[in-house]
Amino acid sequence: MAVVPQTARPEGRSSSSFWTVARRDSLAGFLFIAPQLIGITLFVLIPLCLVFWYSLHEWNVLANTFSYTGATNYQMLLEDPNLPSVLGATAVFSAGLVIFNLSLALLLAVLLNQKLAGITIFRTLFFSPVVVSLVAWTIVWGFLLQKNGGINGVLLVFGIEGPNWLREPVTAMISVIVVQVFKNVGLNMILFLAALQGVPNELYEAARIDGAPRFKQFRRITLPLISPTILLTSIITIVGSLQVFAQIAVLTQGGPGLTTTVLVYYLYQQAFQFHFFGYGSTLSIMLFAIVVVLTFAQWQMRKRIVFYES
Amino acid sequence: MKAEFSPRRRVFLYGLLCVLLIPFVFPTWWMVTSSVKPISDIFAFPPQLVPERYDWTTYSKVFELQPFVKQYWNSAYIAALVTVGTMIVSSMAGYAFARIRFPFANAIFMVVLLGLLIPSEVTIVPLFQMFLKAGMVNTHWPLILVPIFGAPSVFATFVMRQFFIALPAELEEAARVDGLGRFKIFRKIALPLARPALASVAIFTFLHSWNLYLEPIVFLSSADKFTLPQALTQYTDAYGGPMWNIQLAAATLTALPVLIVFIIAQKQFVEGLAHTGLKG
Repeated sequence: MAVVPQTARPEGRSSSSFWTVARRDSLAGFLFIAPQLIGITLFVLIPLCLVFWYSLHEWNVLANTFSYTGATNYQMLLEDPNLPSVLGATAVFSAGLVIFNLSLALLLAVLLNQKLAGITIFRTLFFSPVVVSLVAWTIVWGFLLQKNGGINGVLLVFGIEGPNWLREPVTAMISVIVVQVFKNVGLNMILFLAALQGVPNELYEAARIDGAPRFKQFRRITLPLISPTILLTSIITIVGSLQVFAQIAVLTQGGPGLTTTVLVYYLYQQAFQFHFFGYGSTLSIMLFAIVVVLTFAQWQMRKRIVFYES
Repeated sequence: MKAEFSPRRRVFLYGLLCVLLIPFVFPTWWMVTSSVKPISDIFAFPPQLVPERYDWTTYSKVFELQPFVKQYWNSAYIAALVTVGTMIVSSMAGYAFARIRFPFANAIFMVVLLGLLIPSEVTIVPLFQMFLKAGMVNTHWPLILVPIFGAPSVFATFVMRQFFIALPAELEEAARVDGLGRFKIFRKIALPLARPALASVAIFTFLHSWNLYLEPIVFLSSADKFTLPQALTQYTDAYGGPMWNIQLAAATLTALPVLIVFIIAQKQFVEGLAHTGLKG
């Protein structure tokens, strides 16, 4: 019975010929998405237009002036002596984070996919930093990484004098990357683990009969089959790495010098510490452009690296 | 790759797992134990893995120096509102995108997905100006409204849509034939089936709100409005250096409740996050 019995519905609207099933569906659809759509318009689309509009203006908060200056802020961006360091720090941070995060996540997922008693306890513990408050996690790592902190204390027990981790350029960058990776690698680990468990066991059995060594099985069977997950996690992780702010603000405040001043932190300083809202908006546009380009590039790579689409 | 292991191999695997576990577990242990050591012992050499002496006065200082109970409440109620709000908004939108045919559905979905591409940091300057004009700076409104309706909820909508697409539609079609309206079908049939997806949406939304840092420090300026992440870093001495023992005590109070809930419900947490539309 495909036709709704009209007489069974007492409301007048259903008996009118205007409210066909398709029309009622359209109305329902719009009502269902209305909160999200209005929210996106208000909190994403309008701000995105505004940030572009602001970037074309010189905005002096103290004098309360807001004047159109065209591309001046973009000119300033190109001539900003800090920009090479900031972009360099951002690139090193993101690249280091993604490589370290994805390889550690994959290693942990492979280990957790073994038949061992008590493996879920390990899974729980590796995942636990994800639910620890981000700033609490960062504070305790900052405490551990002090010159006379726990890590150097342990090193000294073995007769090694550790560096002042957060105050030297190279170790400061390594520190912020490592702190962030251990905090969140559990998420990617779980996604990889789910992907690994989705690989049919018969494939491995067939490979074993053919005498393929474990490493070859991993490279020829596992990696191609989980490549959609690798792509997805790398997009999420790269976009996430460009948003890292709290760790930098708490651990190094962008220092020493500008060595850990990533783009988001620089944007925050320019806009909310020095009140250069116009220039801050220009930096926002650049951040947006980087995210779009990277996501698009990875999406294109899908055809090259993803062998199997589920 | 699954196979039974020889005893030697098993010992090796357990050993490797335990070594790898150190950086994941030790910081939490070090945070809790250091927070109860007297200040003279927290940088002691050799490091005390288990406190030798205890000093509980640090914990009372956490509450004396800042309105910490108020700040705890702020974080908790904001996260609760954001979580419930996001569940409602994203399940409705996700359901519509998955099930209901309406004009421009695909185009609108693309526009909504744009929210995934725009980190909230990109729009923080105009959002600050908008909330300033609305008189909502130094209130909690930006921390509640933007996550529920703005970019952060888009990911939740996406997860819900994927879940509803994978859900067989026969039950709902039967209900339609019986003359049930769209909203009733959604509330009585689809939503109860979507419990696993809603649970994982709830978990990551709560964690996202609980961890928010940039937005609070941009929007909030008075201590009784602060949220926990922001409050933790405010325990500083006259020179701006951190008062480590107090920060660690406050960090412990912030982290432990969520950690305990996680350990009790770890199966739902981990599997919920793994099995919701993220598989590819």
